[in-house]
Amino acid sequence: MQWETVIGLEVHVQLATQSKIFSGASTAFGAEPNSQACAVDLGLPGVLPVLNESAVAMAVQFGLGINAEIPEVSIFDRKNYFYPDLPKGYQTSQMYHPIVGQGEVEITLEDGETKRIRVHHAHLEEDAGKSLHEDFHSMTGVDLNRAGTPLLEIVSEPDMRSAKEAVAYLKAMHSIVTYLGISDGNMAEGSMRCDVNVSVRPKGQEAFGTRAEIKNVNSFRFVERAIAFEVERQIELIEDGGKVVQETRLYDPEADETRSMRTKEEANDYRYFPCPDLLPVVLDAAYVDHLRSSLPELPAEKRARFQNELGLSAYDAGVLSATRAMADFFEGVKEVCGDAKLAANWVQGEFAGHLNKEGLTIASSPVSALQLGELVARVKDETINGKAAKQVFAALWAGEGDSADDIIEARGLKQVTDTGAIEAMIDQVIADSPVQVAQYRDAEPDKRGKMIGYFVGQVMKASRGTANPQQVNGLLKEKLDALC
Amino acid sequence: MHDMTLTELARALEAGEFTSRQLTESLLARIERFDGELNSFISVTAEQALAAADAADAARARGEAGPLTGLPLALKDIFCTQDVKTSCGSKMLDNFIAPYDAHVVEKLKHAGTVSLGKTNMDEFAMGSSNENSHYGPVKNPWDLTAVPGGSSGGSAAAVAAGLVPAALGTDTGGSIRQPAAFCGITGLKPTYGRVSRYGMVAYASSLDQAGPMARTAEDCALLLSAIAGHDLRDSTSVARGVPDYRAELGASLSGLRIGLPKEYFGDGLDPEVETAIREAVKVYESLGATVQEVSLPHTHHAIPAYYVIAPAEASSNLSRYDGVRFGHRCNAPADLEDLYKRSRAEGFGDEVKRRILIGTHTLSEGFFDAYYKKAQQVRRLIRQDFMDAFEEVDVLMGPSTPTPAFDLGANKDPVSMYLQDIYTIAINLAGIPGISVPAGTVNGRPVGLQILGPHFAETQLLNVAHQFQQVTDWHQQRPAFGKENA
Repeated sequence: MQWETVIGLEVHVQLATQSKIFSGASTAFGAEPNSQACAVDLGLPGVLPVLNESAVAMAVQFGLGINAEIPEVSIFDRKNYFYPDLPKGYQTSQMYHPIVGQGEVEITLEDGETKRIRVHHAHLEEDAGKSLHEDFHSMTGVDLNRAGTPLLEIVSEPDMRSAKEAVAYLKAMHSIVTYLGISDGNMAEGSMRCDVNVSVRPKGQEAFGTRAEIKNVNSFRFVERAIAFEVERQIELIEDGGKVVQETRLYDPEADETRSMRTKEEANDYRYFPCPDLLPVVLDAAYVDHLRSSLPELPAEKRARFQNELGLSAYDAGVLSATRAMADFFEGVKEVCGDAKLAANWVQGEFAGHLNKEGLTIASSPVSALQLGELVARVKDETINGKAAKQVFAALWAGEGDSADDIIEARGLKQVTDTGAIEAMIDQVIADSPVQVAQYRDAEPDKRGKMIGYFVGQVMKASRGTANPQQVNGLLKEKLDALC
Repeated sequence: MHDMTLTELARALEAGEFTSRQLTESLLARIERFDGELNSFISVTAEQALAAADAADAARARGEAGPLTGLPLALKDIFCTQDVKTSCGSKMLDNFIAPYDAHVVEKLKHAGTVSLGKTNMDEFAMGSSNENSHYGPVKNPWDLTAVPGGSSGGSAAAVAAGLVPAALGTDTGGSIRQPAAFCGITGLKPTYGRVSRYGMVAYASSLDQAGPMARTAEDCALLLSAIAGHDLRDSTSVARGVPDYRAELGASLSGLRIGLPKEYFGDGLDPEVETAIREAVKVYESLGATVQEVSLPHTHHAIPAYYVIAPAEASSNLSRYDGVRFGHRCNAPADLEDLYKRSRAEGFGDEVKRRILIGTHTLSEGFFDAYYKKAQQVRRLIRQDFMDAFEEVDVLMGPSTPTPAFDLGANKDPVSMYLQDIYTIAINLAGIPGISVPAGTVNGRPVGLQILGPHFAETQLLNVAHQFQQVTDWHQQRPAFGKENA
């Protein structure tokens, strides 16, 4: 039987507010346990929540970013359940009237095809604290620093049909929220994590199969792995005559498998009801318009502009618009050097290569967009050749100079285009390489093209990489052929 | 001294007849002498009170005294007070000392008042007799075999017995007005949102409101000006200017349109209470007011609606008492579930458990629409009843309670206890203000006249009550208990 996979994602995005969604405590990551939990976060008797306006603004910006409907009124509800890291015994969330209504996002697959994924809604809620089970001698510690951190939960329609689509969707979400600057998108620190709803159905069948929800998957790779495992598990189960049960599962990256956490029957009754401590959030049109007019260019628009206006390939435009940091860096380089294609090559080539090798982010890169732009400008105006440019880049990266021009100057890397000077070097190399010259002369004419590489290398070496390679090539050929 | 009103005490302090320290010492001595029997205080904070009194006297000496400087009062034990236990009448919070002051406590401290302590109350403000306190019942000073009402029973009894001239209470379904009526004092429940709830232990968040309890409407006005106002920490507090309520007293009642809701004079109303209330209304007529009957047709739905909404909110509000971070924790819990179950089973009393169970049930899947949603619809209708009535009249009047204070132990059945609040509960559902003023006695037990007005009509309500107290002396009558000096 042919099976079709159906996937829906609930993406939790930690909003980059300074303070928590309902209190003034800081949201900074990594502080001493419970040092960033105030009376409100601790759920002390008598305290009350006050909604953080910037969390609202960020949620609305997200909604506008996915062309969603922004309802005039949204309402906070209480989701009631007991857990030690949930101080009030309820989580304040939005069950019935979320702040962001229906929207959609376009994803690009590896083969360049695009697909629209519908977003059902997105709602604001507060994060819980953390239970720490290690180092407490069979007891559990509770850290409430994270309690009350604002989350935007983005709920998709079950529109994805493969793990690859799910990952592309998650990447698109990541890209939108980082472009908007409403989240740092740091998945390792839990700033973005998702619940994956997976079901399978025989190809052609309209009705959905029973789904399993895989909780709290926190990397692109794990999403792909978890779905792959889960799809295989469900198909095998059904083909063996079994039935998928609706349940919550956990993905264990170590074992690369999903395991059952609880079934529907064991699920909590959360007893949602409107939070009486918070007023309905009413957004007037002027406020929404103001946010709309201050939206930055988003990834899809940027990608289109890179292709249409800058003439980049679809692939390059996709890579360079994938994150705001990447796009900003590329555009910075392009502004300085004045050549989009050269800038694209350098950013994706040397620059990205060095970042990857050293595991750095753009923000922590030792080379700035201005520095790289100036370097590329020198390539463009042929002050240096490509080989020398790589040396200059390495020097900039190592902090051995402030600007490309300084390094070019200090190291004498300026390209030599003086024919006389190049001819002199060629003559010297030919004189020093009698064996190679003899081999060249004795070779079949169609093999000589390959053999010329040796001489080019020697000349370049003699010029310490500064000779113009095209000129070297041309002149060498002339001179060697004259010897034959 | 102990017979004087806040207003009189303020004048005496200003005139230098005695100091705040002398006044405070004298009242502390009375508490020492009488409260063993009355049980109106959970915590008496003598040391802090004397320090505050000294500070007030010093401020006065420097010429920096305000209208409330040096005036003693008491706080219902529902208001969080830094460094002083806030028990909310519960074993659950018997060990709880808040790290902060409630908004109203901050304001009263700032105004230079002297808190003598924290008053007894029904556990988590759930009750109408003060019999649900972990610290034992409070007695009614008018008759020690009677209840003082609840849930602000300690505040009412302490004021009535002359242990303190005024106190703060809270009112979720009548918890200021009913004990004020039972104890022969004046108590105001302000408009929802008039006073910040920050630092007030929550029972039912959409209904809870703090307010003053004192001997006169004038004293309530004085206190309301001090505690009312917008607070950014309470999103439901209303950004609206606070008048000097006392300065606004004095307008003539000539032409005042009084409505008598016919539903407040029906079955279940004690005939002698009715007589007292009708006499009071006559007093108003003599002051130039006109009287007409009005109808609040959804009144009989108020108690059922309240006992869906309030327990629903309470079941959620009280979830934080889980034995994890503060409050009562059971001994040697075997696991997490055991910790929750035993801590809560041991820490909460029966009435609190009952309401948590009711609330948990009404919010449950499959019941939510039939109970909670329906109750909210009823709530809107009840509110509309009042809005419609206030199209025709300026204020509504009726009895605060169907009977005078009942005997301790008389209402064993929870439903008969709930019915005690029949005239007060709808006011909380509608969010409007209400005041109870002494208007007679029946068999030596006080009767309260309840006056209701539209949202934010506190100025008018206080004046209507004040004008009554200019021509009657019910508010000046004192119980025999505590008559002698300490």
